[in-house]
Amino acid sequence: MVASHDVVLVGGGGAGLRAAIAIAEANPRLSVAVVSKVYPMRSHTVSAEGGAAGVIRADDSLDEHCYDTISGGDWLSDQDAVEAFVKEAPEELLRLEHWGCPWSREPDGRIGVRPFGGMKKMRTWYAADKTGFHMLHALFQTSLKYRAVARYDEWFVTKLLVDDGRVQGVVAIELRSGRIQPILAKATILCTGGCGRVFPFTTNATIKTGDGMALAYRAGAPLKDMEFMQYHPTGLPFTGILITEAARAEGGWLLNKDGYRYLQDYDLGKPTPKPVLRSMELGPRDRLSQVFVKEMEKGRTIDTPYGPVVNLDLRHLGERVINTKLPFVRELCLKYQNIDPIKEMIPVRPVVHYMMGGVHTDIHGATPLPGLYAAGEVACVSINGANRLGSNSLPELLVFGARAGRAAAEYASSQKEPGPAVVAQAEDERRRLVHDLLQRTDGRERIATVRDAMQKTMEESAGIYRSGPGLAKAADRLGELEEQARRIGLDDHSRTFNTELVTALELQFMVEVARTMVGSALKREESRGAHQRIDFPKRDDQRFLAHSLCRRAADGSCRIEYLPVTITRWPPGERVYGR
Amino acid sequence: MVDRITVEVARYRPEKEAEPSFQAYEVPCRKDWVILDGLNHIKDHLDGTLSYRWSCRMGVCGSCGMTVNGEPKLTCATFLADYAPGPLRVEPLRNFPIIRDVIVDIDDFMQKLSAVKPWLIRDAEKPLAEGEYRQTPAQLDEYKQFSMCINCMLCYSACPVYGLDPEFIGPAAIALAQRYNLDSRDQGARQRDEVLSKHEGIWSCTFVGECTKVCPKHVDPAGAIQRYKLSSAMGSVKDFLMPWRGK
Repeated sequence: MVASHDVVLVGGGGAGLRAAIAIAEANPRLSVAVVSKVYPMRSHTVSAEGGAAGVIRADDSLDEHCYDTISGGDWLSDQDAVEAFVKEAPEELLRLEHWGCPWSREPDGRIGVRPFGGMKKMRTWYAADKTGFHMLHALFQTSLKYRAVARYDEWFVTKLLVDDGRVQGVVAIELRSGRIQPILAKATILCTGGCGRVFPFTTNATIKTGDGMALAYRAGAPLKDMEFMQYHPTGLPFTGILITEAARAEGGWLLNKDGYRYLQDYDLGKPTPKPVLRSMELGPRDRLSQVFVKEMEKGRTIDTPYGPVVNLDLRHLGERVINTKLPFVRELCLKYQNIDPIKEMIPVRPVVHYMMGGVHTDIHGATPLPGLYAAGEVACVSINGANRLGSNSLPELLVFGARAGRAAAEYASSQKEPGPAVVAQAEDERRRLVHDLLQRTDGRERIATVRDAMQKTMEESAGIYRSGPGLAKAADRLGELEEQARRIGLDDHSRTFNTELVTALELQFMVEVARTMVGSALKREESRGAHQRIDFPKRDDQRFLAHSLCRRAADGSCRIEYLPVTITRWPPGERVYGR
Repeated sequence: MVDRITVEVARYRPEKEAEPSFQAYEVPCRKDWVILDGLNHIKDHLDGTLSYRWSCRMGVCGSCGMTVNGEPKLTCATFLADYAPGPLRVEPLRNFPIIRDVIVDIDDFMQKLSAVKPWLIRDAEKPLAEGEYRQTPAQLDEYKQFSMCINCMLCYSACPVYGLDPEFIGPAAIALAQRYNLDSRDQGARQRDEVLSKHEGIWSCTFVGECTKVCPKHVDPAGAIQRYKLSSAMGSVKDFLMPWRGK
């Protein structure tokens, strides 16, 4: 069977659903398909907690949001993209309000905003501390009224179909039946989210395996700024469950083993009882995670069976604030850590959280490969530069989901139907999946073994601090692991809902993506934002005020080139917090 | 020395087996392991053929609902040690067709969700330029609880009415219809009424309240159903007394 649509979206989270609605509204005659490996409302947008930034207060301005974002990103953000993003974020958030999102409110009924890390003004819209959950469900439920949007729920995309220099759809497995078939399209938008699962300790759901990045990369599109992986400073030990930055925005303190607010020792400001914007606990995530390592080296963290931790203290906020502003934090702590933040401190450590890099796109979400678009965490526009600010990712997926949707709709309207060549390609892909994986009986490697080795390699070499020799060793090791991932032997040779087959394909995607991260990190001989090289501790604007672009060579290795950063009005300067 | 616990998991592979059966696995019973960690241990190290759904493992994506020792549970939020010394039984959610192992077919819910029009309905859209619809914290509280549904299907699994009558629109879909009916920005209650009152399922709900008991997010679908019945009954009375009221 062959299915065909005007636009196919891969991924049904926030970006995918926003794009789907944008297409349906731009041109109701277009047929849109959302292809997702999980039901859309299970997508990882659901886990976002703290909020979504958009300027709405009289004391705030678009320029200030731009500056916070650009300085937060250590000047690696493209400033034209940031300006477009900051301008469109409030209207996108407002649109979501009109679609029913239950934003938290002021007493008079206006939208409420809260402070957030690295933001100089209060501009973070929130729905208690389940912002992503409410945004996703509002988007999903709203999408149900658009009849033009077809859904392929629980279909796993294995390949992009490229012919005549343009992307013309995908090959996907329907999990329920095991059927493998092409879904053709005049335009394809990747909205598959991040790749946190390449690391062992991450806030990311198990589905965050970099699928879209690997799909694009294999199809010939470059990946941009893949060396920039964000560690969030406050994850629960063992599970890696995120304790939102909103906990600090509401006034939480980070304390070392002596009960001391250690951030004051690292040029992040002076401790005050009430939170001060762009200071101390409201500093940016990269700095706070790096400072944790310094504190650990001084022996001032607390040892636990799951590694060193510090304490996040919310007790002084009181029961009312915790229950109304941070109910999910309390629920997660009670359920998973068996502690009550009203009475006890929360043990936390830095945890892999967000990929700043991704598929290279322009500010309309278009990749260099005609017919291919990307939006959300899978994409790199780039507004986040070397370090994303908390509460910028949710508006990003709305702004650029909508932009990519509109651009893809326009492109699809002018294209002819996909040709027979891609149907033949799809048949080759089907054969590969069946012969090399599903029916293979001589595979020797076990998924969990290769995955654990990959994650260990990444944590040891590409964590908060990196070094040239460590990265070079990791690059070799990942080359071996890629070979091993190709020789996976499955226990499960059946068709019906074969989750082991999916896991094997995800592992191959992850190893591919891990190689681009290490390859890009090795070449960037400077320290900027989330990329810290102990052998090159300074930022080097002479050589590296540039995006890395990683392309896949024929032998599977990655080739790195650089693309200048777009600077409009904010020349590179020092990042200053707390002074 | 880590204690171990036996997990008996329902297996069903339609290509091979006519009937579901149980397979027992022994897994470490660590203090901080949830049932999902036990299943992942089986999948990674003992038997790659076991299939189940999971994603966020923090109780918000709604994927990993299963029947554990007879009760519907989110397996990412239920600790193995609570079932020591075992054995414990893990089965698919009840009242749904089984696709494979512990994976059930929820198409029926997805259709019912669409049917109740779970989106904001307005007679006239306010232009974005005019800003937000004002909504006070008290107005938000009116429906907030019903907006917390993660569609995990535990309530359908527990619902005796749905078990007997699959036409019943069911706890989560009614709660979500009420979530919009009670939203001060919404004007679609009458449209949803046509769906909710069409089938008598809603009247056959007997208020056993199993749905509310098993809900991991305290949505209280039973309360939503109760409230709907009251407002619907009130509406019928008003229609009788005031037939000129616009439909």
